Amino acid sequence: MQPIPHPAIAAGAHPFPHSHLLGIAGLQPWEMLFLLDEAEQWVDLNRSAAKHDNRLAGLTQINAFFENSTRTLLSFEIAGKRLGADVVNLGVSGSSVKKGETLLDTALTLNAMHPDLIVIRHGSSGAVQLIAEKLDCPVLNAGDGRHEHPTQALLDALTIRRRKGRIAGLTVAICGDILHSRVARSNFQLLGALGAKLRVVAPPTLLPAGVEQLGVEAFTDMDAGLKGADVVMMLRLQTERMDGAYVPSTREYFRFYGLTEARLRHAADDVLVMHPGPMNRGVEIDGRIADDIVRSAVTEQVEMGVAVRMACLDVLTRTRRGVAGWPK
Amino acid sequence: MTALAFTGARVVDPATGFDGRATVLVRDRVIAGIGDAAPPSDAEIIDASGLVLAPGLIDAGVFRADPLACHAGGITRVVLMPDQRPPLDDPALVAFAREVGKPDVWVHPLVAATRDLAGQELAEIGLGKAAGAVGIATGREGIANSAVMHRLLAYSRAFDMVVVTHAEDAALVAGAVATEGDYATRFGLAAAPAFAESLAIARDIRLAEATGARLHIRQVTTAEGIALVRAAQERGVHVTAGVTPAHWLLNETAVAGFRSFARLSPPLRCEDDRRAVEAGLADGTISIVTSGHDPRTQEDKRLPFADAMPGMAGAETLLALALSLVRSGAMDLPAALKTMTAAPATLFGLEGGRLTAGAAADLVLFDEGSPWRIDGDRFTGAGNTPFDNLPVQGRVRMTVKGGELVWRG
Repeated sequence: MQPIPHPAIAAGAHPFPHSHLLGIAGLQPWEMLFLLDEAEQWVDLNRSAAKHDNRLAGLTQINAFFENSTRTLLSFEIAGKRLGADVVNLGVSGSSVKKGETLLDTALTLNAMHPDLIVIRHGSSGAVQLIAEKLDCPVLNAGDGRHEHPTQALLDALTIRRRKGRIAGLTVAICGDILHSRVARSNFQLLGALGAKLRVVAPPTLLPAGVEQLGVEAFTDMDAGLKGADVVMMLRLQTERMDGAYVPSTREYFRFYGLTEARLRHAADDVLVMHPGPMNRGVEIDGRIADDIVRSAVTEQVEMGVAVRMACLDVLTRTRRGVAGWPK
Repeated sequence: MTALAFTGARVVDPATGFDGRATVLVRDRVIAGIGDAAPPSDAEIIDASGLVLAPGLIDAGVFRADPLACHAGGITRVVLMPDQRPPLDDPALVAFAREVGKPDVWVHPLVAATRDLAGQELAEIGLGKAAGAVGIATGREGIANSAVMHRLLAYSRAFDMVVVTHAEDAALVAGAVATEGDYATRFGLAAAPAFAESLAIARDIRLAEATGARLHIRQVTTAEGIALVRAAQERGVHVTAGVTPAHWLLNETAVAGFRSFARLSPPLRCEDDRRAVEAGLADGTISIVTSGHDPRTQEDKRLPFADAMPGMAGAETLLALALSLVRSGAMDLPAALKTMTAAPATLFGLEGGRLTAGAAADLVLFDEGSPWRIDGDRFTGAGNTPFDNLPVQGRVRMTVKGGELVWRG
């Protein structure tokens, strides 16, 4: 099915006039939809036998991860390789950062190697933007501190759209450690812009101040927060935050904020359960729900992640590949 | 040494209340006289028509005494925070700090309240006073331990020294780089509630009241904190408050784009708090304006917001930013100048900050209306200012220190 162009694009707006993807903030709704539409073709390709496209052949993609990651790094690496790019990974342990080199010196060093695209993850909010200012190539934010994780939000939106057929009008409850979550922040922007009704559910210690001003309704009672929800998105709770720091214990957290069968009955009958992974079974989610292929979209999210990242890598390199219609 | 006669200027001396056109004669490093008499024939005449002549500014709470930056800003004396390397927790270090600026800028050190500024054991504050300290300071942070703070305030009375404190509840602000609110939430910055300040102020005021000590809160930045100070002053507690220009000119929106130059301590607050600071200056609850001059290198500032060191270079912009209070109508010119002259001189018992005959000839001559644009790249030292590109008015034309012309702008 060929998607109908957004009215803004039909009226002449460029579908993606940005050199970087640093966050969802700053994107227009049609630009978000454009990335989702672009990702669809890669879902199909990834399910085929060949699974390869050569459009990024000859381009160098550096995945610079200043914070540990297995899943996201793997997803970006596969996405780049499926498009034919030469993919190099720079991990924290293999970097000069540990030897005292400043972040900006690292950025200048990477830049001097003439990469065509850099994917960056960093533990500090705003760090990816800071590095991007020093680089001559497109930068893709793979997560900065508690700030943004745009490709995670895009893959969540794609998953929801494919399962539900739409995003506008759906009630989405994001549950768990909202305070420290960049996934939640990117999703507020993305799902909010695309017309979803957003809720957050968390103990008061894990709800950031002023969250209502970001366009979400906040609940501390999980049953109330799940009532009638079409999508329930569980967030991972870091173990170091559970031993009395923000919540008293794992078992108390699961008792009041874990996603169980009984609790899920408050949501809509056809509720979709999501989790950005890795899951803590028995802490934030009952394992049986995670494994329920009808309601759980957890593995599908991983699949959509590769497709969304392929779309982003493709779109961000179009200018340098000289694709017609893309700004010089 | 030749005499200097400044003629034609509007002379403003907040210490005496003098505000009018007069000739100021400087001879032998001191002010020889102020009045309408014709200057003596041997004096070099400096035509200061259209300019304002005021006592050289006293910057009450800097982290570094930069002579060049001070002179460019019309500052002739600074009160130096004990946060040096090593901290000023020893009389020998205090004595050394007192001499480093002479003759360009006189440095009046504050002795560290506790050893190594660790907030645990009292430093030798009596010996510190004997070595030249004009007060005691807790440093960049407050003293978390209430028992230590209680003893410090009680002990300070023996030497009649003012205790300068930083008002933020240590546990609440641990790890925080912004004020809690939707702004910090949007940008994913670790944040502490604004009441971390009023909690600390309430405790310190109560301890000052209990001990009779003199307490100066170097920066009061929230509506709640100002209300507590105002109420305490009304019931006779010896508490004074200061602030830097950042907290009446900027609010939390300045952190947008993760501009690490806007990473300050205390962090920038919401708009209501910003207005409260302006009102607190207008009604005199806040009596001292300081630059908080804290130059930082690129290495300390060109970092992700949360990893950058807090602080701003401010000596060169202090006067122009303070004059914004006059243009906004919050204060008249003498009142604004008082916060940087007579008020800190009185609080710390300094000789300067006045234009009476016989006083040290520390002067600033400035053009109140002259417009310019703040440009951190053109600062004499580090350019970490959150006010980069801000258009301001008020330019220092001359700085005179001890009868010597040390800056001409």
